[in-house]
Amino acid sequence: MNTTIMLFLIQDGITNGAIYALLGLALVLVFAVTRVILIPQGEFVTYGALTYASLCAGQMPGTARLAFVMGIAAFAFDVFAARRALRLPLIARAFAANIILPGIVLALTSVLVGRHPPVLVNVALALVIVALIGVFLYRLAFQPLAHTSVLVLLIASVGCHLAMQGLGLLFFGAEGQRGPALADTAATLGPLRFTGQSIAVYTLTIAFIVALWLFFGLSVYGKALRATAVNRLGARLVGIRTSLSGQIAFLLASIIGALSGILIVPITTLYYDTGFLIGLKGFIAAIIGGLVSYPLTAIAALLVGIVEAFSSFYASNFKEVIVFMLLIPVLLARSLAAPAVEEEKD
Amino acid sequence: MRERLPILVFALLMAAIPFVPDMPPFWIVLLDNIGLSALVAMGLVLLTGVGGLTSFGQAAFVGFGAYTTAVLTTAYGLSPWLTLPAALVVSGIAAVLLGLVTVRLSGHYLPLGTIAWGLGLFYLFSKLEFLGRNDGISGIPPLAIGTFRMIDPGTIYYAIWAAVLIAALLTMNLLDSRTGRAIRALRRGHVAAEAFGVQTPRSKLLVFIHAAVLAGLSGWLYAHFQRAVNPTPFGAQAGIEYLFIAVVGGAGYVWGGVLGAAIVVVLKEVLQSYLPLLLHGEGQLEIIVFGILLVALLQLAPSGVWPLLASLLPVKPSTKRPDPTLQLTERVRTAGEGGVLLEVDKARKQFGGVIAVNDVSFDVQAREIVALIGPNGAGKSTTFNLITGVLTATSGAIAVNGRKLRNPPPQEVVKLGIARTFQHVKLVPDMTVLENVAIGAHLRGSAGPLSSMFRLDRADEARLLAEAARQIARVGLAEQMDQPAGSLSLGQQRIVEIARALCADPMLLLLDEPAAGLRHMEKQRLASLLRQLRDGGMSVLLVEHDMGFVMDLADRIVVLDFGTKIAEGTPAAIKQNPEVIKAYLGAAA
Repeated sequence: MNTTIMLFLIQDGITNGAIYALLGLALVLVFAVTRVILIPQGEFVTYGALTYASLCAGQMPGTARLAFVMGIAAFAFDVFAARRALRLPLIARAFAANIILPGIVLALTSVLVGRHPPVLVNVALALVIVALIGVFLYRLAFQPLAHTSVLVLLIASVGCHLAMQGLGLLFFGAEGQRGPALADTAATLGPLRFTGQSIAVYTLTIAFIVALWLFFGLSVYGKALRATAVNRLGARLVGIRTSLSGQIAFLLASIIGALSGILIVPITTLYYDTGFLIGLKGFIAAIIGGLVSYPLTAIAALLVGIVEAFSSFYASNFKEVIVFMLLIPVLLARSLAAPAVEEEKD
Repeated sequence: MRERLPILVFALLMAAIPFVPDMPPFWIVLLDNIGLSALVAMGLVLLTGVGGLTSFGQAAFVGFGAYTTAVLTTAYGLSPWLTLPAALVVSGIAAVLLGLVTVRLSGHYLPLGTIAWGLGLFYLFSKLEFLGRNDGISGIPPLAIGTFRMIDPGTIYYAIWAAVLIAALLTMNLLDSRTGRAIRALRRGHVAAEAFGVQTPRSKLLVFIHAAVLAGLSGWLYAHFQRAVNPTPFGAQAGIEYLFIAVVGGAGYVWGGVLGAAIVVVLKEVLQSYLPLLLHGEGQLEIIVFGILLVALLQLAPSGVWPLLASLLPVKPSTKRPDPTLQLTERVRTAGEGGVLLEVDKARKQFGGVIAVNDVSFDVQAREIVALIGPNGAGKSTTFNLITGVLTATSGAIAVNGRKLRNPPPQEVVKLGIARTFQHVKLVPDMTVLENVAIGAHLRGSAGPLSSMFRLDRADEARLLAEAARQIARVGLAEQMDQPAGSLSLGQQRIVEIARALCADPMLLLLDEPAAGLRHMEKQRLASLLRQLRDGGMSVLLVEHDMGFVMDLADRIVVLDFGTKIAEGTPAAIKQNPEVIKAYLGAAA
């Protein structure tokens, strides 16, 4: 192997690894706050990517309608949950958040679609649509199950993944799509060529990691989320609404997922079911990070990306085997290093 | 026999179904598929619902069973009946190898580890040349008895459902035994079970193997049912679906696996065949509806459908009382009258920079009640954990009957005749008081998993339960014997823990705050029980905050403060000790 190939592989690995890092961070965030292992993370990726690609191609994405329908259901859930103490301001707030907001987004999408708005407008629309879906998903599927075991939450999570993947096929069809790049520039450094897109991937990943770090370190909501992650009951006792924490976690996760999708859809063709495998790789990174540590997850994600790049070069048949088997020694080491304390399980 | 009656009815019902006139063959195929899934789900019930070990990798074990028979029958021409043991052994050995790596994983790492090797094995199945890569292996011979060949779904139906019923019976027998109690205790953590001699890693490996062998059996049947195998049904999706089945049906119940298989298989079939007609839609509508229904079902019945259904069935749990005349052999008591039973010499435990126990020395004589007291955080419970092997001492020595212990695991400490209770009650809440207490006698029984499955353990089991019942009566909870332990008040649960400790036939009883949560009369009863035990030759070391209780009961008191022993003596002397008064009430007092 010569150095050029190695550099190429490393570059490729880092670009993919940066995406895995974003997804891994989202998974850690959601798990810590809600105990949900977010399998539908992959669908956030495809929804984001394909919504963006559809908008750019001048097609109306089905996800905008999905967000509106989920909003109506969420409104029904809110009203049903508060049926013993229905007050007008409460209903009005739920109506505004669950029906008016997605309604405006739906209207805006159908007005703008086909008029070829600037790329950034499409990005923003795609992000908002997927973010709404994320928040409503928590409200509809997971908030009623918040008290149950991790296992039940996990099964519900798989159920959501199946439903959303099926909807993805319905909205976007079986053909793959590509979207326009965010930036057309390119720079060369020695033998390596950095496209504007890969530079955007690096910058946005770093920006998001820093933003998350600031959010959790400095903002009240970030601290509330951390408190919920450490102890739900304790958080409730000091007045933190744990359902709000869950919604914020899902909001962030869906934005991160959609953004990852938008970042890769100009590089690779995405199909309605591609997200699952991408999400899984982020998941591996999250596990290596122990589902708790953000910096470790980011480093592990880069590692996963590089291992994947090299194994697809040397043994492309066994690429997935190698990536997944990477986990076992890591898990073992983490497990043995963990202190032998009694876990109070549910 | 009466509790077996519903199973017999169910078996007869299932046997009669193919004889129903005009039974559409489609339904028989469906029932075959339900049976195949039920076998795997049953293993998962034991592994995940009962044992608390979530696995996504079960489909891989189905693959081991299916590919073993596929290769052996097609490439080597072996009879399917010869490949049955081979298929079970291969999945069992795979479980041992994967289990040795995986069951050591704690908490959430375990299910994640199973996803990893589940996916890895799936890709391996689809890449290996001798397994036919993605195309798999076809032309597998059907099962045959003599000239009777089970080719159509209606005949292999009997093989499948016989396997389901036998597996269910064996699994239920296993759960209702000495080994089964050790398995059922796994989900609540390992410290309590280990304190009574349960080798928890071995129990975990056992359920892992059991689940894998059931999955392998399902795979063997599947290969001869489909007569062809390819990697698709052994992938991650299938592994997740088996988990669905177990959770929807009721992950804690053997029949939940069967019911869950029926619900999920029928639901998928109905959605697949009727939904497209109904909606004329394109795409995978059935997957969408299936996913949504799954979430809705979980919201309506988070612990599964089976418990809801079972509460409607007119079957009462048996309240069989064990025969009280059966006796277990008692420990040969080598300690002479009045010798030193337990000697703690300069025991020290450091957690990082914190010295929790600082060179503490004391002893417990035979027939003596010693109390360990001190303010919160004095290191009392840590001292208990050092003695019982839950924690290893940083330095110092602990000797029992003059024999020095070299950091033995808890399972060895209880063999020396030291049994304990816990400050935070560690019972299995959904097991009855009787079953919980019987865990205490774990080391006094000998029946293993195989003899439990085939009910060869009944004599051994009856003796264990008789002993448990005797100890429950002794602590005064005979009335509550058949109630779930979780339904008792906290004070009563502490007493159940004492009965469990007594079941181990100890020479030294370690009680961590036994009187907390008890009413006045109950405390008096407890005190007289402990005196009675002492007069019968037992020693007691207890941690307690109720000073009235301690001063009345203890022969000797050891006082700890910030990990250091500050006083030792008779209750009268301790009451007057200025150091003790200072520790409890502050310097000014």
